[in-house]
Amino acid sequence: MCGIVGLHLRGERLADRTGDLLARMLAQVADRGPDSAGIGLYGDDELTYPGWSTVSLLSRASPERIASDLALPVTCPDPVVRAVADVRTISADLPVGDLVAAVRASLDGLVIGSGEHLAVLKGIGSPVDLVQSFALPSRHGYQAVGHTRMATESAVTLAHGHPFSVRPEMCLVHNGSFSNHDTVRRELRARGVQCETDNDSEVAARFLGRCLDEGNDLEKSLRLLIERFEGFFTLLVTTETQFAVVRDRVSAKPAVLAETDDWVALASEYRALAVLPGLQDAHVYEPGPEEVHLWTRQ
Amino acid sequence: MDATVTGAATGTAVGTATGPAIGTATGAEQPPGLRLDLAEVPLREANDALRALPDGARAELLNPAGRHNLAVGLTTACEVTIAGPAGYYCGGLGERASITVDGPAGWGVGENLMSGTVRVRGDASQSVAASAHGGLVVVEGQVSLRAGISLKGGTLAVGGDAGAFCGFMAQAGTILIGGNAGDGLGDSLYEAVIYVAGTVRSLGTDARVEDLADEDVERVKQLVEVCGFDHIDPGNVTRIASARQLYHFATHNHDAY
Repeated sequence: MCGIVGLHLRGERLADRTGDLLARMLAQVADRGPDSAGIGLYGDDELTYPGWSTVSLLSRASPERIASDLALPVTCPDPVVRAVADVRTISADLPVGDLVAAVRASLDGLVIGSGEHLAVLKGIGSPVDLVQSFALPSRHGYQAVGHTRMATESAVTLAHGHPFSVRPEMCLVHNGSFSNHDTVRRELRARGVQCETDNDSEVAARFLGRCLDEGNDLEKSLRLLIERFEGFFTLLVTTETQFAVVRDRVSAKPAVLAETDDWVALASEYRALAVLPGLQDAHVYEPGPEEVHLWTRQ
Repeated sequence: MDATVTGAATGTAVGTATGPAIGTATGAEQPPGLRLDLAEVPLREANDALRALPDGARAELLNPAGRHNLAVGLTTACEVTIAGPAGYYCGGLGERASITVDGPAGWGVGENLMSGTVRVRGDASQSVAASAHGGLVVVEGQVSLRAGISLKGGTLAVGGDAGAFCGFMAQAGTILIGGNAGDGLGDSLYEAVIYVAGTVRSLGTDARVEDLADEDVERVKQLVEVCGFDHIDPGNVTRIASARQLYHFATHNHDAY
């Protein structure tokens, strides 16, 4: 069992409450995943320095140490580094691919997210405590996803936690388990796509990343995933502009969607939606088996 | 199929709890009875208080906010209203009680019901009335997947549409769908009977459409009256029951194993 929550704002009205709302939603699904939790937050100006690229790195090094060790081109201004629990977010005035390469080349630690808008935070322990260590209630943004994990397929480590972000701006959170992930992992490896953990959900993220790299849009990529993957899944996949939900053919894992003029939200359980302002006027429904539900921010 | 959970009234604008006055009178003018505000009273205490209600008493749960396990395991003929959305397993494992959810309900509402009534004045999620041995579960809106799974003698009535795999392996009892049924209706049915007022997207393995007899019409007529479903014409429903081809192993299938 795991818990998924996500919030996609359609305007700016609630942007300064996004972190608080996600924290409240996550607390409602804490029982579904008490061993670890993670979030992906889009558009928090503190975590992602506006106009620059940001890499989220699993590291306990001091920001000063990271700033001095990170090898950037001499023309590049000093990076902005922040420490949030076991994650360091590193912003620099470079294309995102160049920054990821520089971080990998000169720093220890696993890259868990990248993009101009996206910051990823992960932790082990009680989700309710973790959102406080992330200072989530005071954060803002235009889109956010969260995951509470009860590990069934692989170890409880920071690297095995969700969300999986294997491509700039993309996040995937998963409730369920894939039964053919080793087969797909081998197929991906044969095409030059390497996984960094033995987690089944990472394989789905890598598969989607590969589909997107090949020029498919997100909806098509999710349809290809439905065809290729076996097992149980409710997936929430986000990019800097999109918010998409799919479930397996028997809908073994729960999902409830709600929509208002101000936001779209997904949660494993209704009680996590109950914290949202305006829910009484929302269109609340369950996504059906093998349907792709996708929203694009204008 | 898009099994919706619309009509999501949140439990707002409710009064504060008025103390543990348990109403014993019956009739329309009776006092509101026990009121428990779940924003203040822990769930276990609330359920204990409901289980202590005598026959004929009334109670109301305020601010349910989608909490799980509301009003489970009640064994007296009390009336409980849940003033807003309920979470998983609401009213399950109950006998004799009459429970109303004023909002949508989550997975497994009325699960393993023995007798009494659970009514949802909204939509319900998956596995409504799963394994219910007796009693009546009424959902006025739509239901998601696997409604009436493994039904063991209870009755399930749905005003709207039902999602896929409704009535899966249902052993005994009655399912009425006032709207349309999704894929795999009645898969691996035993002796439960399903009536559908709308269309059936597909039948499951070993389910078949049968002729509607006078007894069926009477059965549906009584049920829609109890439920207040005036949009269903009892003489114009489809009866689905087991073809009983899965009851015994057929030796000509031996090679398949």
